[in-house]
Amino acid sequence: MSDDTRATIRQFICGRFPSVSISDTDDIFAIGVATSLFAMELVIFVENTFGFQVPNEELEMANFRSVEAIAALVARQSATVAGGTG
Amino acid sequence: MTPERSAFRAFVDETVAPRADEFERDERIPDDVYKAVGAHGWWGAVVPASAGGTGFDMRTLAALHEEIGRGCSSLRSLLTVHTMGAYALYRWGSAAAREQWLPDVVTGAARMAFCLTEPQAGSDATMVATTATPDGSDFVLDGVKRWITGGQVADLFLVFARTPRGPAAFLVDARNPGVSRSPISNVLGTRASMLAEVRLTGCRVPGTALVGAAGAGMLVATGALDLGRLSVAAGSCGIIDACLDATVAHTAGRVQGGGLLRDHQLVRAKVSDMLTDLYAARELVSRAARLKDAGDPETINATWVAKYHASTAAMRAATDAVQLHGALGCADGHPVNRYFRDAKVMEIIEGSTQIQQVTIAEHAYRRVPAANASGGAR
Ligand SMILES: Cc1cc2nc3c(=O)[nH]c(=O)nc-3n(C[C@H](O)[C@H](O)[C@H](O)COP(=O)(O)OP(=O)(O)OC[C@H]3O[C@@H](n4cnc5c(N)ncnc54)[C@H](O)[C@@H]3O)c2cc1C
Repeated sequence: MSDDTRATIRQFICGRFPSVSISDTDDIFAIGVATSLFAMELVIFVENTFGFQVPNEELEMANFRSVEAIAALVARQSATVAGGTG
Repeated sequence: MTPERSAFRAFVDETVAPRADEFERDERIPDDVYKAVGAHGWWGAVVPASAGGTGFDMRTLAALHEEIGRGCSSLRSLLTVHTMGAYALYRWGSAAAREQWLPDVVTGAARMAFCLTEPQAGSDATMVATTATPDGSDFVLDGVKRWITGGQVADLFLVFARTPRGPAAFLVDARNPGVSRSPISNVLGTRASMLAEVRLTGCRVPGTALVGAAGAGMLVATGALDLGRLSVAAGSCGIIDACLDATVAHTAGRVQGGGLLRDHQLVRAKVSDMLTDLYAARELVSRAARLKDAGDPETINATWVAKYHASTAAMRAATDAVQLHGALGCADGHPVNRYFRDAKVMEIIEGSTQIQQVTIAEHAYRRVPAANASGGAR
């Protein structure tokens, strides 16, 4: 997954929590940065920024726990879209 | 005023407001009103036209819910839960469920209810005790849901339950033999919203009834409740508007203390607070709706803020409206008596006032490091 994607995700999370800096592997829910309500913000962000609707089978908190996990979700969905059109 | 809002307003003035006290007395919304709302496509307002709905944007949806709420909070509550259910079905329902239900849900031929609350699970949804036990490709649901708006008449329930993989949402056909319901009547406010307790006993549903995924119940609930909160915020604006209408009409005609009530400064202070609260609440609702339309994640917090302000302002307006009507405002069957009782309900549903405060403050504290955030100091 590209560094750009990770940077975009990191920027969003840090924009929503201006006082916090996180690494790409930090579990944002476990370290107390985010609450479960923030998960919905993440879903809206991912869908609008990367242009796909999170499918039901990917609708798991684990996919939103860290920059890395979200980037992996984006990569999987991009591959699906690319596969679908190609 | 937009042409859409004018149409909503005309409908409410003609079909809803004049009969709202009758609905309240009968504790039900009659079928002809359901059908009239359906004829306009408003039960399916949140579902895109491409999926058979009316496809309103969020600002138009909010205007609809405000106008309906101005006429009758019970009808608005029924519209709220139906809209939440329709959204979840459209957004996260299985292909089979959408095919089976969506055509009737968008017309209102199938009425939806939202079943989260339980005797031991109110503000804290993590306390939900209803279970959904996997059995082959099916799930078997057991539990009790209470305070379910429209529960007496719903055809389809959106039910939240625990699964071994975490919380999940399910569509439950009201004809399922594992479903029983008992009406809850004589509630303080929204008396025509046909509340029920819904009991699920060995209630077997197919795997296609799962909405979202097992473990994603909180996300589905959050998404649906976010929409419900916008609706309740808008409906609260409607209550303020109705209080203002009633209050200026009454005080402009009633003579006490040597003059019309409208000429007393203390009366004018209350009226000016109502109008200011109405404009502020509408702006907050409009902001939340605009952010939703733009796909901006800030909409989640904006909706909490809008609901907090609008519902508490509705309670203030209704309190003042009753006060300025004197004994008349306390009389059974007087609209401001109803607004007062309905406004209190707005402070409890879709997150109570205290839960709004806790959540909004939590958002404000994002500006400083979380107490236990190990990443904060980096
Ligand atoms: C008319 C009506 C219609 C409803 N319709 C539906 C429906 O369609 N579907 C559905 O699922 N539910 C429905 N409900 C239930 C509603 O969502 C709950 O009543 C609401 O979530 C509050 O839960 P509770 O009543 O159990 O109160 P509790 O959660 O027990 O709260 C009691 C009081 O404690 C306060 N409190 C709770 N937690 C905290 C905290 N952490 N900090 C500070 N104060 C706190 C609350 O603000 C409240 O004042 C309806 C309720 C009503 C009255």
